[in-house]
Amino acid sequence: MARLKLKEHLINRDWCKGCNICVHFCPKHVLELDSEEKVVAVRPEDCICCRLCELRCPDLAIEVITEQSDHDATSTSEDAVNTSEQDD
Amino acid sequence: MAIKDYIRQRYFPQMWCPGCGHGTILNALLRAVDELGLDKNSIVMTSGIGCSARISGYVDFHSLHTLHGRALAFATGVKLSKPELKLLVPMGDGDALAIGGNHFIHAARRNIDITAIIMNNRIYGMTGGQYSPLSGPGKKASTAPYTTIDNQFDVVNLSIAAGASFVARSTTYHVLECVDILKRAIQHKGFSVVEILSQCPTHYGRKNKEGDAVQMLEFQKKTTAKLGSKALENDPTLIPRGVFVDIDAPEYCEEYDKIMKRAMKETLQKEPLKNFGNQANQTCDMA
Amino acid sequence: MTDNIKTDENVIKTNNIKFVQGNEACVEGALYAGINFFAGYPITPSTEIAELLSKRLPEKGGKFIQMEDEIASMCAIIGASLTGHKVMTATSGPGFSLKQEALGYACMAEIPCVVVDVQRGGPSTGNPTHVSQGDIYQARWGTHGDHAIIALTASNHQDVFEITVDAFNLAETYRTPVILLFDEVIGHMREKLVIPEQGKLPIVDRLRTSVKKGVDYHPYLPREDGRLPMSDFGGEHRYNVTGLFHDMWGFPSNNPKVVRELLHHLIDKIDNNAHAITRYKEHYLEGAEYVLISYGSSARSAIHLAKNRRERGEKVGVLELQSIWPFPEALVREKCANAKAVIVVEMNMGQVMKEVKACVDNPSKVFLANRIDNKLITPTNIKTLLRMIQGRGV
Repeated sequence: MARLKLKEHLINRDWCKGCNICVHFCPKHVLELDSEEKVVAVRPEDCICCRLCELRCPDLAIEVITEQSDHDATSTSEDAVNTSEQDD
Repeated sequence: MAIKDYIRQRYFPQMWCPGCGHGTILNALLRAVDELGLDKNSIVMTSGIGCSARISGYVDFHSLHTLHGRALAFATGVKLSKPELKLLVPMGDGDALAIGGNHFIHAARRNIDITAIIMNNRIYGMTGGQYSPLSGPGKKASTAPYTTIDNQFDVVNLSIAAGASFVARSTTYHVLECVDILKRAIQHKGFSVVEILSQCPTHYGRKNKEGDAVQMLEFQKKTTAKLGSKALENDPTLIPRGVFVDIDAPEYCEEYDKIMKRAMKETLQKEPLKNFGNQANQTCDMA
Repeated sequence: MTDNIKTDENVIKTNNIKFVQGNEACVEGALYAGINFFAGYPITPSTEIAELLSKRLPEKGGKFIQMEDEIASMCAIIGASLTGHKVMTATSGPGFSLKQEALGYACMAEIPCVVVDVQRGGPSTGNPTHVSQGDIYQARWGTHGDHAIIALTASNHQDVFEITVDAFNLAETYRTPVILLFDEVIGHMREKLVIPEQGKLPIVDRLRTSVKKGVDYHPYLPREDGRLPMSDFGGEHRYNVTGLFHDMWGFPSNNPKVVRELLHHLIDKIDNNAHAITRYKEHYLEGAEYVLISYGSSARSAIHLAKNRRERGEKVGVLELQSIWPFPEALVREKCANAKAVIVVEMNMGQVMKEVKACVDNPSKVFLANRIDNKLITPTNIKTLLRMIQGRGV
């Protein structure tokens, strides 16, 4: 399976409510809240494109754009399963 | 399609509190629909009243935001009258199992092809944090200042006893599992119940000192375990997750189809000249 | 029907004549109007409607479901109406009470549906097997909040049939629930019914939107004539339906302007058309000095008395109301203008009488002839009051 490569974290600042879920559960500590309590990707180079931030976001405010899937966002949760650190 | 193609963006940001698990359930549900490749015109989402019920306004499906507890009764009318539609019915815990408890068990008993999603945050959020039939004993709520003494329902056991042919449980922490279970539930022919443990940091979390959304999700991770897992074997007090029931059983609308065929046949034998054409003429306005 | 078959209007086809209960006449009317979905729950004295439709609907490809309660029945028909079907439920007092919340929902969300209430004695369980007309105000104000409602009634089975067809037509025309207020006597009594040929009575079908796929459809933006073309669930237009105050897309709104305009729309669409909704019959009313106002089974006694008095030269006539809500104020005022006295004949404590008093020029000439003891009011009961008013002794 081809490894996904990060293009960018598309963050909708108007929708983000700063709940911190994505920040706390990011396995690589890529995300942080800024002074306005909105999420920002501070270490995008560490991102493994597991999409758990995107999947857990209650506000649909974050999207992980990858090189292969690009804007059509057709990747499935199976992609993430292989790289996630989700526990039982 | 992108997830944003399944929502009514003009109504975002959504109205739930920061960290509310209901948004995550919306997120998971949209992904399940997307991954199944369902036609938006074929989906009707019916909801009741409460925080959970607002979910139907945000989705770009046919949406029916109804009365407290009655979502499944409305959904039954929609489904039986047009069985080709997919019915998604997200409900809150009080919505589904207190005021709507009777509709819930009867929809399950009929095994009508509807997907019921119980967004269980163990509290009435919209009215300010009163205890629900899923709060359980020893919990604080705005109507239980000295803690609750009411036992809670076990949604899984209740659903099985009532006759649901697909019963599952997940949490808003376990999002991948959640998407997977929702996909199976939607594809299942018959009444499917998915209980998703959700977090209400504003009321339940605050009153019961369970912390913010993050801490509540950590709690879900700690206190639940997959069916058949070592963790569950070692500690049976953990709440089991996964698919508990997935059986083939006669589905209500299909059974009614058979009744219609019988009724038509018997009448044709009795009155062979009678015409059974569809009487309804469709009219269009010129607006 | 093909053109080469000539039907003599005067030859009544015997297979169209039935000897039926009022409840069955209602079922025949509903089928004639094109009902294809019914949800109900057993309750005396309306149960025969559910029983008959459980047989008749599947025969024509329609659906019948017995729900877990009256609440669910009302909710289910609203759901089925949204998929484009003509729908009905039937009940009696206690069940009608349970339906009220969802009835209000149908008012707010503007869902065409027909609700039959075969009235029995109340309050509470009251007298399930006996007659009453005590639900007049419940039909008007049973659900909470300001709203307008249409309620119709009838006094014989031919009229039950026709008013049921009418109820479906009005529900579709005004996108509103329509209540059929029958009573136990009408529901259970048997008499002749002649079912008209299809096409004889007008049938109003649903007004559907002509807005094309991909064009923004506004389900709650009334046209200039106040009507709102619908789009079926499952069709090309996906929109929101809610019991909350809502904008033209059906999305919840608490904007004061939106709230005010919607409430006005909901009430105006019916009240401003009261003249078009008003249904009534006159019996011996020409030059009547004593006007009896009645409806439902009690009107039968009133008509009997009027006929009897006319034969003896007394100027007694009957204004039979077939629409109770919106209350036909203009009609009642006009028909009572020259009356020496107006007697409202009904089987309750004067629910319609209060409405009559409120709209006639001289309320002190309005009297009530009623019975509230389970029994059908008789012509003699009414005559007793008439004699007292006339000062002629009983």
